[in-house]
Amino acid sequence: MKFNIYDFSSFTSSFDQLLMENFSPFWAVAIEMVLIGIAILAFYAIVGLYLVYAERKICAFMQCRVGPNRVGPYGFFQTIADLIKLLMKELIPIKNADKLLFNIAPFIVIIASFMAIAAIPFAKGLHAVDFNIGIFYIMAVSSIGVVGILIAGWSSNNKYSLIGAMRSGAQIVSYELSVGLSLVTIVILAGSLQLSTIVEGQRDGWFIFTGHIPAIIAFLVFLVAATAETNRGPFDLAEAESELTAGFHTEYSGIKFAFFFLAEYMNMFIVASIAATIFLGGWMPFHVGGWEAFNHIMDFIPPFLWYIGKTAFVIFIMMWFKWTFPRLRIDQLLTLEWKYLLPINLVNILIMAFVVLTGWHF
Amino acid sequence: MAEEIISGQLEEQEFSINMGPQHPSTHGVLRMVLKLKGETVKEVKPQLGYIHRGIEKMTEKLTYPQIIHLTDRLDYLSAHILNEAVCLTVENAIEVEVPERVKYIRTIMDELNRIASHQLWWCAFGMDLGALTSFFYGLRDREKILDIFEESCGARLLVSYNVPGGLMNDIHPNFQKRVKEFITYFRKKLPEYDALLTGNPIMQERTKGVGMLTKEQAIAYGVTGPSGRGSGFSCDVRKHQPYSAYSKVDFKEILYPEGDTFARYKVRIDEMWESMKIIEQLIDNIPEGDYTAKMKAVIKLPVGEYYQRVEAARGEFGVYVVSDGNKTPYRMKFRSPNFSNLSAINLMASGQKIADLVAIGGSMDFVIPDMDR
Amino acid sequence: MEKEKLKDIIQSMISDVEILTDKQFLEVTVRTDQVLKMAELLKNSSETSFDYLFCESAVDFNDHFMMVYHLDSTKFRHQIVLKTKIADRENPVVDSVCAVWIGAEYHEREIFDLFGIRFNNHPDLRKIFLDNDWVGFPLRKDYTDPINIVER
Repeated sequence: MKFNIYDFSSFTSSFDQLLMENFSPFWAVAIEMVLIGIAILAFYAIVGLYLVYAERKICAFMQCRVGPNRVGPYGFFQTIADLIKLLMKELIPIKNADKLLFNIAPFIVIIASFMAIAAIPFAKGLHAVDFNIGIFYIMAVSSIGVVGILIAGWSSNNKYSLIGAMRSGAQIVSYELSVGLSLVTIVILAGSLQLSTIVEGQRDGWFIFTGHIPAIIAFLVFLVAATAETNRGPFDLAEAESELTAGFHTEYSGIKFAFFFLAEYMNMFIVASIAATIFLGGWMPFHVGGWEAFNHIMDFIPPFLWYIGKTAFVIFIMMWFKWTFPRLRIDQLLTLEWKYLLPINLVNILIMAFVVLTGWHF
Repeated sequence: MAEEIISGQLEEQEFSINMGPQHPSTHGVLRMVLKLKGETVKEVKPQLGYIHRGIEKMTEKLTYPQIIHLTDRLDYLSAHILNEAVCLTVENAIEVEVPERVKYIRTIMDELNRIASHQLWWCAFGMDLGALTSFFYGLRDREKILDIFEESCGARLLVSYNVPGGLMNDIHPNFQKRVKEFITYFRKKLPEYDALLTGNPIMQERTKGVGMLTKEQAIAYGVTGPSGRGSGFSCDVRKHQPYSAYSKVDFKEILYPEGDTFARYKVRIDEMWESMKIIEQLIDNIPEGDYTAKMKAVIKLPVGEYYQRVEAARGEFGVYVVSDGNKTPYRMKFRSPNFSNLSAINLMASGQKIADLVAIGGSMDFVIPDMDR
Repeated sequence: MEKEKLKDIIQSMISDVEILTDKQFLEVTVRTDQVLKMAELLKNSSETSFDYLFCESAVDFNDHFMMVYHLDSTKFRHQIVLKTKIADRENPVVDSVCAVWIGAEYHEREIFDLFGIRFNNHPDLRKIFLDNDWVGFPLRKDYTDPINIVER
């Protein structure tokens, strides 16, 4: 089996061939699905845990303190210890809560983010499912998460949870518009909804540079809207600790709370990946169209590392937002979306269409 | 239950909710029963008494030096200022002249206490609004003041450094050096506070126009201190009825006429600058002398009534003593600034959202043990 | 404004008052039924203009109560003490001054809670610190509580 770090498609196709030779086509596909499922599950869990660790360390350094540093070298195993603690906690059943909905809600949130990971390209050829409507699929699937939040707030039988869930529902539904429209701007530039085509199209330069002004505006709008989508940063009043004591997940304990917590960090990872893929080139190294020697040097760094670096950069910016800014009130948040971001987006789409038609891009 | 306390019938779409005694943003055991319509607050009814310890009844059985230790536990963030209030009442009643040195040291400690209290307010206010980093920045700087207190007074928070007639002990030889170091350090750090919160557009939108209190309303409700001065009510006891060394220093009374949360915020930030100015004028000129005047072993106030007003970090604190000639007071009443400040909250918060109620409570800077006594 | 001048002005407002000038503040003692009228006159008159009630308290002398109002003027910066004696210990009642200074609302609730003095026309007279089922008025001199108060 050939394992080329620069092009995983050789590995995946040779593995596929191996399976096809030894098993019937049905079983080969079934085994592949199970293996991919396990790989994504493991990836999800590990990345989720270590994002929590990264957040705690980054926020500690911004606040002039050290963060976790006892459990393991530099506190590396802190989240594993937290996970074990959460797994062993008592699941407190709520009187008069709607039991079915109460139990389903965390799973819905996890499933939504899980499905979105399947469509993201991690490196050349390392792509679980390459839909021809990739971006549309990701948008559609991440909208399922809001159902989980609303169900959690409603079934908790608690006024505070309900207020938190309603606020969150309004917020997420509003900001999906902005996220979608800013992605549409790049779709116009790329000419396709398929994620691998979009990444390939950035071979001569990332879209944020080739698309100059409209792409930069779209990137900024996407950053703000994605932070709001994932209930993070200055838009986290759904779980504002100082107001509603944890909002929609107040009544959850133990592993169910861990699910909400994990889903929030994975959502952040997903939107950062989408930003990295669509605006910053995904796994494509930093090329400048025409500078062949420079591009060859850039190609030495494996695409997987480029992808991780870009996603980490966007995640760092999102964490920076959270620990610096105060929170917006719900009506200010919705005003921001409907009165400012939406018109900016619409005008930006027109500008981008104009730029593409006249060819005034790099 | 919450429903019984709300006045009147609940109309359709209104519901009552408890912002209970344990809540991350009420800063103490204050229970507020809110009548909400959606996100809008229609009525706020605070319920006090969760930390009522009967301090006024206790004072009737304690001697005056013992009462100093009780006043620490009222507004614990202005502990030194409240101790000084009782000492001044006793000293004015028996007409004893404290040495100049004592007056200077008391004023410097007062102002350090005021800065420490405003630093804690700033951290908690930022945290309430969601800027969680401000909590750590404020506390980091406050540690320096608490170290100075610990060196000279023996305690960080509940200092009990004043006794009737003077101070319990002289200041530590390092005191002047440490205070001057702190002032130089803090002058560089305070603009950082401004950069983090004051100029931030999100913070300004959350606080401008929120929780309006006009000057007439502030006077009618008796809202004093930085909360009252944020509405234009000129109530600084240090200016109008000076005590200790305040008549010797030159400082401005900070007034902002707007009356919203942002004005109250700016008053406190500017007061920190003014306090540093006061300390700088006094720290090099502390006169030599005794650290206490000669007092009798048992202090008995002459028959009569005495009232002393001081400017605590949150407003005007008053001590009213009715004495019948014994060594314990016949009646001692503490006029608590937080108690009067709280009475205005229904007026300020009605019609605003819940998030605004948190911002208003943070800007009024309540310390609940002072309300409940 | 000096105490003598204030004394003359107040004497001219209501004749049935006792004014003492040798204490820390000017002390004005009125009859219990004239408290509200005196309060209104003190606040609304442009010569005195006492618009800031900074302390309202009650003292229990064993045969009567004394209500004490400390007033300040933001215009002239002079202070007086307004007092009234409530002779009836079984059923002490006095008019509320909330209509004049709204800040008195909480102070009067506290006095009602701890002394048992009732206030007429108070907007919301109920206990503020103690539980609703507390028996007795703790700040009175004849209050005994064998469980919570330890007599030495």
